[in-house]
This record gives sequence, C-alpha cells and structure tokens, in this order.
Amino acid sequence: MNAGDPMSLNVHEIQKHFPGLNQQVHGHRLVYLDSAATTQKPVAVMEAVDSVYRQDCANVHRGVHTLSERATARFEGVRKVVAGFLGISDSREVIFTRGVTESMNLLANTLCHLDSGFQPGDEILISSLDHHANIVPWQLISEKMGTVLKVIPCDDAGELILSDLDQWISEKTRVVSVGHVSNAIGTVNDIDTIFAEARKVGAITILDAAQSAPHMSISPKEIDCDFLTFSGHKTYGPTGAGVLWGKKELLDRMPPWQGGGDMIRTVSFEESSFAETPWKFEAGTPDIAAVIGLGAALEFLDSMGRDKVCSHETRLLQKIESALKSMDGVNVVGEPSLRACCVSFTLDGVHPHDAATIMDQNGVAIRAGHHCAMPLMKRLGLPATIRASVGMHNDEADVEALLESVEAVREIFA
Amino acid sequence: MSSMRELYQEMIIDHSRSPRNHKKLDHPDLSARGHNPLCGDEIDLEVKRGEDGVLSEIGFEATACAICTASASILTETLKGKSEEDARAIFHRFHSTVTGEVEDPYPSELMKLEVFTGVKDYPSRVKCATLAWHTLIQALDENNGEASTE
Repeated sequence: MNAGDPMSLNVHEIQKHFPGLNQQVHGHRLVYLDSAATTQKPVAVMEAVDSVYRQDCANVHRGVHTLSERATARFEGVRKVVAGFLGISDSREVIFTRGVTESMNLLANTLCHLDSGFQPGDEILISSLDHHANIVPWQLISEKMGTVLKVIPCDDAGELILSDLDQWISEKTRVVSVGHVSNAIGTVNDIDTIFAEARKVGAITILDAAQSAPHMSISPKEIDCDFLTFSGHKTYGPTGAGVLWGKKELLDRMPPWQGGGDMIRTVSFEESSFAETPWKFEAGTPDIAAVIGLGAALEFLDSMGRDKVCSHETRLLQKIESALKSMDGVNVVGEPSLRACCVSFTLDGVHPHDAATIMDQNGVAIRAGHHCAMPLMKRLGLPATIRASVGMHNDEADVEALLESVEAVREIFA
Repeated sequence: MSSMRELYQEMIIDHSRSPRNHKKLDHPDLSARGHNPLCGDEIDLEVKRGEDGVLSEIGFEATACAICTASASILTETLKGKSEEDARAIFHRFHSTVTGEVEDPYPSELMKLEVFTGVKDYPSRVKCATLAWHTLIQALDENNGEASTE
C-alpha cells in the first residue's frame, strides 16, 4: 500500500482509526462504500464527544461555573479550527448549523430580506446536478417572494453546460448557489467559471461543499464565493453539526433567521436586540458535543493531509470506474472530466435495489436510489442508480470486494 | 449466497422479467398510484369489476425493483375473480406473512405467495413486496387515490 511513500496515505494505519470498519456483515468483512451518505467516524471524534458528556457537560455562553467555561472554550475553539480548515483569518465568519440543509434554509430565509430584499421576477440560479438541499429551500422562498428559480442544465456526460451561461445569469440574478461535487454521479463542477459570471452581475455566490469538503481542499479565498457550507457528518464528524461560512460584511447586514436564546443581546417584550455575527444566527442551545466532535474530525482530516486523501481517493475512483466499464452489462452513469466522491452505475436487467440487497449480503455497503437528486435522475432517464462512494479508509481490497459483489448480483440475475 | 437464492427465487426473477398483466386496462373501474419515496418505486394499478362485483381484471404498470414487480404480477393473478372482501383478507394474510407476524403455511390456493416469505428477513425490502398490495387496497378504498409506503 505504498506505506513508505511520504506522498501516499498509509491506508492500513488509517483503517485502525475507524472501529466501525472492523466488523462482519452477513459473514463478510464490512466494505463501507457509502461515505457520501455519511462517513464512518474515527476514534478521535468519538473520544471528543464522549469527553464533552463525561467532563464538560454544560451549556455554552451562559454560565460562570467551571464546566460551562470549559464547554464554551471548547465550542468556540472549534470556530478557529474551522477557520483553519477553510484557510480564513476571521473565525467570526463561521456559523454552526445542523448541516448543509439548515445552512441553505438559513441563507434563503435571510438573503431574501438583505438590503432591498428579493423582488418578484428576481432570479435564483442553481444547477441540475444539485441535491434537494440546494433545490427545495429556494423553491419555498420563491413561492413566498415571487422569485424565479433557474437551473443550469447538464449534458449526457453529467457535466454542467456552461457555454451559454449568460443565458442563465443576468442583471436579474440575485443568488447563484451551486454544488461543488455532485453527490449522485461525482462530477466536480467548474465553479470558477460559474462564480466569475455571477460576480459580473453582482449576484451572491454560494458554494455547497457537502461532497467536496471531505475530499479536497476548499478555501473560500481561492474559490472566491460569498458563502460556503458543508456538513460535519460527511467529513468524519458526528451528525447534527455543520458549518456555514460567509463574508462578515454580508453576515452583518443580514437579519437573523431563527429567534431564541443565544442569538440576542437584550430582550424586552417590546423588542429585542441581537447578538453580533456569528451568534445572531445561532438561536437556542446548539449541539455542543457534535460541534466539538466536528472540530476533532477536521483536525483528523487535516492531519492525514488533505492533498494525500484527495489523490488516494481519486486513484480508487479511477480503478472502480475503469473496472466497471470493462464488465459486460455494467453502465457507468456520467463521464465527468473531473470526478470526486463516487461512481454511479446501473446493471442491465437489474434494479439497483435488488443489487443493493445482494451486495449487502456480501458485506458491501453502497447506496441505491435517487440520491436525493430526483431532477437529475429524471434528466438522465434513470429511476435510480447504484452508487459507490469512497472515503480515506477505502483501499484496493474494497474495490475488489465491490467488483465481486457486482458479479454476485449478476449470477443471481443471470 | 444461498439466502439470496431463497430471496430471489426463480419465480420472482421470472415474474419480474415477464410481469403478467403489465398493461393498461380499457375503461378500468378503479385505479390508484403507489409510490415508495425511499427507493422511488412507482406503480399504477387498475381494476375492472365484474357484474357480481368481483375483481374481474387487474392490470399494472411499474417502474420498480424485481421484488415489487414480481409481487404486483403475482397479485394480479392471485386476486383475479376474487370478491373485494376476499381480496382484503388475502392482503392481510400476505402482509402478516411478509412482516413475519404469521408463520403458518399458506392455504394451497395461495401457495404462489410463498415465494415472498423470505422478504421478512429484509425489513427494508418488505415495502417493495407490499407496495402493489397497498395500492390495490387504496384503489378499493378511494378510487384514483395515491398509496405511499411512508
């Protein structure tokens, strides 16, 4: 496994960090190829969460007692970890949410009131590769505000068609919100081109990094966007915590979203004044342990070397893709020029759900379905696909097991 | 793999590949649409009633997995000519068998349903086996309605 090469990941060592991998499923070694749904968790994350409840169990921002001060220090410390992870200097630009879905709902419901607010006929642009988290919040807000939702189409290769972007981006465009990596077929989108066009008309740019954060370096400075969001549980952290990063001057001008404790400065029954950014966006007691676990996850991911993780996973995806393509009756869905996260495929004469049951019987965990991207599936003319998505702990043996399980499906349906 | 052979018996593979009564009916008396939001399985089911009220013909169209398609196919054969009351009773019997609540063998006229008994060991697939049946009950309860497994 190229253990001696400093540029390679020592996958064997990495696997020891993930106790969840060390189990049998239906008498086979577990082969976890569903990291795009949620990643397995390293021991460091479990220990961080555990220690919150064992030693530092207190609410944040509201106690002078020792436990509350410790919990607050650890919780706020994660803001700095996230800032480091994103390569930004001001950790006050980091808002904790439950994940990408909540971040998108926050943005849709606050940007619509920013400055003069959304006007009927204003446009919001998303892409045909996006998952439901970047579709439905904009639909709901459009119903309310009279804005028009536009969608960048994609071609048969599963790439966004950017040659006539000026058709989709105009003076009417207020927001351009696009996924970095397609969770359904693995396309890495050319966001530089999209955001450059968006900036020309002064549109707000949002990057949905749900599927890129665990696989590649993401820095809002390099990407040059206004907002960026990712989910902790897809980056080896616990469920229940995610990140919304935004430019401070925009966040300061935005109204709060949810009201409650923690996000206020003073409250009277006549009116309330709100806390500073980022706290004005964090109403109520947050998932403190999950946020602290997220900090541990990002430190863990960084300690592995994100460039090394990226090249290791890219190599595995190439292996999976080329092996599947060489098999009869296997159709890889999409042929993006840049791929991350996953390979999606179908088998002739076999519904993906039947395949998933048989593959699970071989210990191989994959996702079968529409991957919360129903419009994309419709565009591709598929009710569902089989998706194999990788994480840093996957290795060549996992690829072999995947291919063997595909053979087992074909045997049953021969 | 023997357990997989048990789940995907020849009859299931056969009915999923060549589903019986996979067609639209002329002037159906009842219809309903079934949908499993979890996996996207979709089924449109139509029923014609005879003069005596029996289900004289059942047709369906589905975009679905092998278990769901085979179950719909076998449903159309099993319930053809049955009264509404009998159809409901057979639904309850089938449902309680695939969910593992009842372990008694089927009476001989329902023996074909036996091939789905293995589904009880795969909780996420029980909905696949029962979608067509829920859809039929929906059509009987409320014509033109929509059944969902959620």
